[in-house]
Amino acid sequence: MESNDHLFRREAGRMVSTLTRIFGVHNLVLAEDVVQDAFCRALEVWKFQGMPENPSAWLMATAKNRALDVLRRERTARTFAPELGRWIDSEWTLAPTVAELFGEHAIQDDQLRMMFSCCHPKLPEEAQVGLILHILCGFTVNEVAGAFVSGRAAIEKRISRAKKVLAGSKKLFDVTNGKDFLSRLPAVHRALYLLFNEGYHGASTESAVRADLCREAMRLVALLLENPVGARPESYALAALMCFHAARLPSRIDAAGDLSSLFDQDRSRWDQKLVNEGERYLNLSATGNDLTEYHVEAAIASFHAMAQRAEDTDWAQIVALYDQLMIIRPSPVIALNRAIAIAQLEGPASGLDALQAVDGARLANYPFYSAALGELEFRLGRKDAAREHFQAALALARSPMERRFLNQKLDACG
Amino acid sequence: MSEYVYLYRGGDAGRSPENVQQTMQKWMTWLKGLAEKGHIKDQGQPLEPGGKLVRGKQKAVTDGPFAEAKDIVGGYTLIEACDLDQAVELSKGCPILEVDGAVEVRPVMKMSM
Repeated sequence: MESNDHLFRREAGRMVSTLTRIFGVHNLVLAEDVVQDAFCRALEVWKFQGMPENPSAWLMATAKNRALDVLRRERTARTFAPELGRWIDSEWTLAPTVAELFGEHAIQDDQLRMMFSCCHPKLPEEAQVGLILHILCGFTVNEVAGAFVSGRAAIEKRISRAKKVLAGSKKLFDVTNGKDFLSRLPAVHRALYLLFNEGYHGASTESAVRADLCREAMRLVALLLENPVGARPESYALAALMCFHAARLPSRIDAAGDLSSLFDQDRSRWDQKLVNEGERYLNLSATGNDLTEYHVEAAIASFHAMAQRAEDTDWAQIVALYDQLMIIRPSPVIALNRAIAIAQLEGPASGLDALQAVDGARLANYPFYSAALGELEFRLGRKDAAREHFQAALALARSPMERRFLNQKLDACG
Repeated sequence: MSEYVYLYRGGDAGRSPENVQQTMQKWMTWLKGLAEKGHIKDQGQPLEPGGKLVRGKQKAVTDGPFAEAKDIVGGYTLIEACDLDQAVELSKGCPILEVDGAVEVRPVMKMSM
């Protein structure tokens, strides 16, 4: 049984997905209103009578009854999901149809349907991620803005535009069509990857929010794996990658509340259960002919997870994997990480060479590029150069935690 | 000990699922606290926001008596306290006060025989 900590938020995604399937995607707002209504009822009743034995079932049943009311009242005035057509027109078929659509299995599929619908090709990636967070994870616009450290107005615009695209797409994505499913799957993987990354590397100051994002991304990947078509090698690789990283979450912040680098982390605090889970997924991902960036990133993360101490890390393997990643999906951030691995393997001078070969212009706003330069200069004993880089990084730092981390580095430069 | 009724008026829990849940948890904690100290006579019930109003000799029936959302009684609880002051003091922990709502504290009239 999952904890009730974020019950409402979690249920919001399930309920909206199912209601949208019944009402049709053009009635997304109506679906959201029904969910809101169910929450208000829950609040009113539960505060006096306590939580029911099975709160999820209670909320779902309430949403179902409200849906029936709405369908009965408005079936002549409004059009609902076209594929349900006559099933909801007649009183004989209405209730059983709706009951079936609220079955546990149907609800699972509805979430998958919504996940794929949110990754609409007309939407930029960050809008897809925002939409997933908003609709499937029950985050309000404010909470999404908090998670992305973006202005509320910008996020509100992005989400309302994305919702319009979604509502205008006529119908929800058909997850039973294997061909369509596979062609949209990469976009879904990417969105879930970005969602996880936002939680893991994001600039948010609140660590609680970050862990939440990671958890949500993992929940949605698990959903994908439960679908026979979704359980592809690259989905397993993505799941493995998330598990390995999530295993390290508890040690990313040290006892003083400061950001702790991979080298300094207290590895006894890594979540061994998640590491094992990651290994299991990584094994499951090792089939088929495609080697995706998720496979390689998961493999890199597994080498880190396997090292009992930082000095036990197999840097030769890790550098080789980064080389591979630079072929599959080259990017300045990957090049940066590769340079850091080279520094570990061959020493700071080689690392610095590799780092200077990176297209720094595209990392101009990324504090870790300057921080890495500073770190390697520092290791070479060139403290003045190191100080300059750390100061540049400090100017770009996005959270108090990052600033504290860099200030400590600056202090070390003397 | 005397009996008092808390009438809860207005209050907006917000639209975010997370907010609604937090509000609910606050209510449950608050009522549980009162119960543990022996102040709860009846947890009470929520009331539907809608209803009818029957008025006057004509028995005219209209929809809802309710001037404004903030005046709508959303529920009640029957509590026991030493006196009105204590009942008022206890009501100050009510989460509805954090969301622009109000608690009306009314002594239940005693029948003197």
